[in-house]
Amino acid sequence: MSAAGMSPAGMSPAGMSAGAGMTTEAVPMSQTDVRMDDTAGVRGDREATPGSAGRRRERLMVPKADFDSYYGRPVLNEPTWRAPDIAGYLFLGGLAGASSTLAAAAELTGRPRLARASKVGALCALGGSLYALIHDLGRPARFLNMLRVFKVTSPMSVGTWILTAYGPQAGAAAATGVTGLFPGLGRAATVGAAVTGPAVATYTAALICDTAVPAWHEGFREMPFLFAGSAAAAAGGLGLLAAPTAEAAPARRAALLGAAVECVAAARMERRLGALAEPLKRSRLLRLGEALVLAGAVAGVSAGRRSRLAAMAAGVALLAGSACTRFGIFQAGMESAGDPRYTVQPQRRRLAKERAERDLA
Amino acid sequence: MAFDLDERLDESRRVGFFTDTSICIGCKACEVACKEWNHVPDDGLEFTGWSYDNTVKLSADTWRHVAFVEQRKPLGHQEPGVGEMDFRWLMASDVCKHCTHAACLDVCPTGSLFRTEFGTVVVQPDVCNGCGYCVPACPFGVIGKRESDGVAAKCTLCYDRLGAGEEPACAKTCPTDSIQFGDLDELRERAERRLEQVRAAGTTSARLYGHDPGDGVGGTGAFFLLLDEPEVYGLPPDPVVTTRDLPSMWRHVAVAAVALLAGMAATAWRRRG
Repeated sequence: MSAAGMSPAGMSPAGMSAGAGMTTEAVPMSQTDVRMDDTAGVRGDREATPGSAGRRRERLMVPKADFDSYYGRPVLNEPTWRAPDIAGYLFLGGLAGASSTLAAAAELTGRPRLARASKVGALCALGGSLYALIHDLGRPARFLNMLRVFKVTSPMSVGTWILTAYGPQAGAAAATGVTGLFPGLGRAATVGAAVTGPAVATYTAALICDTAVPAWHEGFREMPFLFAGSAAAAAGGLGLLAAPTAEAAPARRAALLGAAVECVAAARMERRLGALAEPLKRSRLLRLGEALVLAGAVAGVSAGRRSRLAAMAAGVALLAGSACTRFGIFQAGMESAGDPRYTVQPQRRRLAKERAERDLA
Repeated sequence: MAFDLDERLDESRRVGFFTDTSICIGCKACEVACKEWNHVPDDGLEFTGWSYDNTVKLSADTWRHVAFVEQRKPLGHQEPGVGEMDFRWLMASDVCKHCTHAACLDVCPTGSLFRTEFGTVVVQPDVCNGCGYCVPACPFGVIGKRESDGVAAKCTLCYDRLGAGEEPACAKTCPTDSIQFGDLDELRERAERRLEQVRAAGTTSARLYGHDPGDGVGGTGAFFLLLDEPEVYGLPPDPVVTTRDLPSMWRHVAVAAVALLAGMAATAWRRRG
């Protein structure tokens, strides 16, 4: 029996094609003599030439790639963060931080009920945030190890200290706001939480962008603004939901401003990222989030002025939209990390550009 | 702790690996020796059909990973002996790169990851709380979080053996010296000589990977001689430490935070009534 017709492709079709990126290349082979359908001209036994059968089918398991990869495997390891915890935290942290700022703005301009609702909302969102963050740890009992060091190179470390500064103030603001005790302390805590709140709402952008995940990392210029806008929209939504219309004017404006900033930042990011924006553009959650936030903001400033019910519906839409946006950003990042294309191709382009610039110089 | 992006490692005391994939025979003795010495839990007991690779990638439980690539390309002047067809079988033992600018080390919020006196990067499992930040930070997809105990794990370059004057288990066991351990300066010189030799022998596709201190991670402590593009082996062609952009990220965050504060204040500008 001749080995001439043997093909290593028979041993590993995926390996051959994905490794070499040669799916389309025709390989000369002799015609087949072994058929499933037992048709005429069949020669069996020792004259069989396995692996020489006709034309190969297109194999779906082989990625049709215009770039090389190792069996289509991602270059990066998949983030171990779980969506309910970390995307949930992105939303809740934003809601808490922006609500504290809105609460102070409301309190200092004589809107006590909006202030109280925002303070309580911020504290609840903060509680949810801490639960999600600790729940996501591989060793939750060791969460205090975060306080061993302060590292400006680690957004998670910086964030831990931001939360450590913000948390007690948000808690004190809510407790004094609800009970009416210690008004002086309450005022100080309210202002303190309002100043640290925006840091809570925006540092999370650095948290996810300071990774090798392509869609997150490359979006680092717009992500803080997208998150700030989304947080403002969520805080506005909470105000619309929980405060009487007579006091909700700041919430309505915050929602409108936040929705606009969020959508503009998202659009800019998608334009700047080019091919890397595909997972963002494909994301239904992001589209749904934008639609809900815009609809909620517009409904809030129009019907929400007069009707308490409309204001509440707008508030729910804003909160849901902000959450959808965070989960959409999270999932788009996971998708970009899971496809070697998004890691390899931008790096290839960068290398080609550097080479061209060197050649010109 | 400040940004260590400009930090200079003491190169004279730095050790590392030079993995010459041109003489790797795919025996996986490195994978086994690593597991034995470091008590790394089993994995890779599945059939992938990807040539002889069943461990798939580096992870918390795979600190050495041998990649197998089958290609219809010639290897130098070699006659593959399969008719008219060109064929070559590339094997490469991958490992943690022990980067000069290590993203995992930068982003670790507990200080569990640290730089050793040998210039390597090591996880302290008793400090790690399993936040998982190092996993997406690594541009090479090396470090992973172990499900069983919830902490991050990766190659330590056999930190315990180094202290005793021994070379790492994988290098010790490698039967062809594809994995070479030593002082980084010396390894880099040796790699340059070897590259010239391999190229002169006809394999012009050979190149070094990770040896250049001017690359996006400041050069790696474990570097390679490859016979094809890095991505063919599952390696990123131009890795960049993510924290290189972090100063700019913090500036953008600061502007956004101040804008949020100002915006929220502006929404309540007019006093009620």
